[in-house]
Amino acid sequence: MSVLNSKIPAGPLADKWKNHKNSIRLVNPANKRSIDVIVVGTGLAGASAAASLAEMGYKVKAFCFQDSPRRAHSIAAQGGINAAKNYRNDGDSVHRLFYDTIKGGDYRSREANVHRLAEVSVNIIDQCVAQGVPFAREYGGLLDNRSFGGVQVSRTFYAKGQTGQQLLLGAYSALSRQVSVGQVKMYHRHEMLDVVMVEGKARGIIARNLVTGELERHSAHAVLLCTGGYGNVFFLSTNAMGSNVTATWKAHRKGAFFANPSFTQIHPTCIPVSGDYQSKLTLMSESLRNDGRIWVPKKQNDERRPVDIPEDERDYYLERRYPAFGNLVPRDVASRAAKERCDAGYGVGQSKMAVYLDYASAIQRYGTLEANKLGEIQPSAQRITELGTQVVASKYGNLFEMYAKITGDNPYETPMRIYPAVHYTMGGLWVDYNLMSNLPGLFVLGEANFSDHGANRLGASALMQGLADGYFVVPYTLGDYLADDIRTGSISTQDPAFDEAERSVQDQINRLMSIGGSKSVDYFHKALGKIMWDKCGMARSEEGLKQAISEIQALREEFYAQVRVPGSANEMNPELEKAIRVADFLELGELMCYDALNRNESCGGHFREEYQTEDGEALRDDENFAYVAAWEYGQGKAPILHKEDLNFENVKPSTRSYK
Amino acid sequence: MSGKTKSGLIKSSIGKKVFMGLTGLFLCLFLAGHLAGNLQLLLPADVARDQFNAYAKFMTTNPAVKLLSYLTYFSILFHAVDGLYLAWQNKQARPQAYYKKDDAANAGWASRNMAVLGTLLLVFIVLHMKSFWYEMHFGAVPVYGSIEHGELKDLYTLTVSAFKQWWYVLIYVVSMAVVGFHLWHGFGSGFKSLGISHPVYTPLLNGFGKGFAVVVSVLFALLPVYIFLTSLN
Amino acid sequence: MSSKTMRLNLKIWRQKGPKANGKMVDYTLNEVNPEMSFLEMMDVLNQQLVERGDEPVAFDHDCREGICGMCSMFINGRAHGPMTGTTTCQLHMRHFNDGDTIVIEPWRASAFPVIKDLMVDRSAFDRIIQAGGYISVNTGSAPDANALPIPKENADMAFDAATCIGCGACVATCKNASAMLFVGAKVSQLSLLPQGQPEREERAIRMVEQMDKEGFGNCTNTGACEVECPKGISIENIARMNREYLRAKLVQK
Repeated sequence: MSVLNSKIPAGPLADKWKNHKNSIRLVNPANKRSIDVIVVGTGLAGASAAASLAEMGYKVKAFCFQDSPRRAHSIAAQGGINAAKNYRNDGDSVHRLFYDTIKGGDYRSREANVHRLAEVSVNIIDQCVAQGVPFAREYGGLLDNRSFGGVQVSRTFYAKGQTGQQLLLGAYSALSRQVSVGQVKMYHRHEMLDVVMVEGKARGIIARNLVTGELERHSAHAVLLCTGGYGNVFFLSTNAMGSNVTATWKAHRKGAFFANPSFTQIHPTCIPVSGDYQSKLTLMSESLRNDGRIWVPKKQNDERRPVDIPEDERDYYLERRYPAFGNLVPRDVASRAAKERCDAGYGVGQSKMAVYLDYASAIQRYGTLEANKLGEIQPSAQRITELGTQVVASKYGNLFEMYAKITGDNPYETPMRIYPAVHYTMGGLWVDYNLMSNLPGLFVLGEANFSDHGANRLGASALMQGLADGYFVVPYTLGDYLADDIRTGSISTQDPAFDEAERSVQDQINRLMSIGGSKSVDYFHKALGKIMWDKCGMARSEEGLKQAISEIQALREEFYAQVRVPGSANEMNPELEKAIRVADFLELGELMCYDALNRNESCGGHFREEYQTEDGEALRDDENFAYVAAWEYGQGKAPILHKEDLNFENVKPSTRSYK
Repeated sequence: MSGKTKSGLIKSSIGKKVFMGLTGLFLCLFLAGHLAGNLQLLLPADVARDQFNAYAKFMTTNPAVKLLSYLTYFSILFHAVDGLYLAWQNKQARPQAYYKKDDAANAGWASRNMAVLGTLLLVFIVLHMKSFWYEMHFGAVPVYGSIEHGELKDLYTLTVSAFKQWWYVLIYVVSMAVVGFHLWHGFGSGFKSLGISHPVYTPLLNGFGKGFAVVVSVLFALLPVYIFLTSLN
Repeated sequence: MSSKTMRLNLKIWRQKGPKANGKMVDYTLNEVNPEMSFLEMMDVLNQQLVERGDEPVAFDHDCREGICGMCSMFINGRAHGPMTGTTTCQLHMRHFNDGDTIVIEPWRASAFPVIKDLMVDRSAFDRIIQAGGYISVNTGSAPDANALPIPKENADMAFDAATCIGCGACVATCKNASAMLFVGAKVSQLSLLPQGQPEREERAIRMVEQMDKEGFGNCTNTGACEVECPKGISIENIARMNREYLRAKLVQK
């Protein structure tokens, strides 16, 4: 029997959540007033959870390291949010969304969690519209939808290329409302540096006030980590500069299991790296693949300008390899295909590590349609281009502008150059059906947990999951846990466990400040990123992973001998913040390699070179690897693996084919 | 949102701007009227003298005009005090100036200098009222003739002789340029402060405002120049 | 595109802490690649400062793709630098020339006190939103999303106002350090939507009151804010807020 109890309710899949909600315990309103909850992170999951819990009457303390909760990285999500509304009448349903997500995740996620996600997806849209989120609408005044990769229905709600921003601002406004009535106490520019365990339960955190450098103790009856993903372990990713693993890693060190850490999503459409000074990568929304066509020249090392390459000398490789889904194959498939072409010498641009994303034919198609709509008879080619450009600009204008700003090219005239980049991490802290980790009282929401996306996340599902967890799951499941705490009274921060936790944080800070080496934190972060990208990135091998593990260990030693953190710990010190985060990345990176090494199969975003079909598709091993790999912290030794078997009772795992 | 909040309109930033807009736009109306009256100075000298003095009499005695004139005094005072207070507040909002600020990059000159322009206008108005309004009401303007109920003062001659001095003309011309710039921004801005804005009409209104600024300031400036030039003959 | 690298003279505001006195400090930076973003140029400078044993320049930044609103530099006399519709993180060095002197300052406003170097405290914006920048709807009580059709035109206008990233460039550039564009955008967004109607008056009054309390300046309608706003939010929103506020005051019971 595994030490992991996923607590999936019994009964038919479609009734599990309903029955569970009906049977779990509640906390009455008077008792909620005497219960404190800490929410770390104010992205979609954190802000929505903090607001919803405060509305219910809990006393909430919310923390974010940014200068305002509105800046959490959820804000950068572009494309949209899925919901099984079936407003298009195209055959969508909760079951279909569930099925697509399970299949998209390459059968490495829990059926029950994913089904619940699909169920509550419809409520999310209602909630957001009620908050004033300005989703795109049609002329009749009703909500518009678009299609996204890996699915054959249009179920994605969007607000131009700024859906994440609009959803986050909605959640932020709900949070602000609770701050104004005193139900939420907001701590901005605060970073959580440890979780405090009192008598086996998560009862508080140690946070550093980033402005003064002071360490603060905060106690609560439960702690919610909504701290996002850890893609920045690669240094270059589409994550914000501050996105980090520290909160979840500290919890991991305190005993929380880290599940499927190697499951990383490499997003196919990002702006390529331009030089070694590069600090981050910029995503071009997947929605661009709706209308754009991806190609490389048929000749290797073709130096011609893209517009000079005739149609029959272009290789639209996604359309060629995957005729059923074409340019809309899931992200992992699209990314690997781009890497395959570039590795084979067909890449474009200065670095040859890029492919074209071309809007020329979309502009022509939309231009012709628009001319028809306007009743223009025999419009000139120029007029068609003009009209088509207008339509494309209205749909994707801000993305095109962003591309132009970064590259200096005009994407309306010349195809965009794109290349895959680290974008999202499906792995995260292990949680049960109630979103509680194996540490009692420590809940994990959104990208920070591992639960819903398996080995690959479908587009427009991250926003869905963050808000589902925060608005519609944890408000119920937390009550079940807290029902035992109605007589506990407030938790003292004078408990020895707080002393201990604060001391260990202080020790780590002192250690980092006293090294006084000669290399900057970024130097180590970049070095780690290179190891991870080369050996634990889009393609992994046993040999490479083993090398990576010893390289990371050596790098970590060098870090603690050579890093230089200027300034003092008692002030605003961004270098110290980075050093603490990179120290944790240096441990996480190693764990990711262990996980990737353990998983002798290819699935979703995890591609082991040893395990592929003859035509280069991922080769999954359901017999031996249909489990969640949950890792226990090794306390300086190799991490310890615990398995949670995945049981597929409603869908039969099949080879994922998009051909 | 629970709990009502109540405080006077004038205490708020927007309230103060609303009153700036209301008084400013009223003063624009006043300027138009004032200009129409003054244009009589362009008539042939003897006709102008008759008409202008009669007009002056009307303007100082008619009860309706009196009421309007009090409203005008109030508007000028309120506009000035409110404006100066706003300018002081604005100064407080940025106690430390930028080392380098490229103001011209994103806003017109007039819009950035309304307080300075307004202060200059206040000085001008004091001077102007001393020269004509005070003289007319309390000074020793010679009597030009008598009419039914009293006598006509010869404001015309007072005016014409004042503008025989070149430096006096210069002050007026410069001040009218100041008026022009103040209106150039102020007219459209007043409507915005009142919350009046429309995708089609606002650009038209702004265009009219700029035209108004030019016409009013040029015509006003023309009068002293015309009088000065004719006095040379 | 291996273009030639540049040598730049930087004049940067350095201030140890909120209460310390600050000053402009000169730096020279060689081999700046025109393809770099402005913040990457700052990274290179900081890297050199750390290696030299100096303290790096503290500045706010996060997403580096123009949406989080964290970056906030006043560059050569303009908020977010010389380009319009651009945040500092989206500004690239190709818009500068070899040998240029670049002046870099923090946002300056009494409502945005400096924390360190180029970092300022913009929590005043949060407090304004807390005063009323929301629709009071509890989780779970929403009707079906399509139960309430909204004319596309209104939805689009609300969206345009809602794209505000809260960076504070409007305040920074305004000669009066006024926050009216920020507040106007939120008041407009919610007043344009049917969901926002029940609290329409109270919202306008409360948000304006909080804005005034924070010590922002007044609006002179210079239009500088809309020019410098990285999201191109129209000054029209200020007029709409004026209208909303005036209306609210007139109908207030």
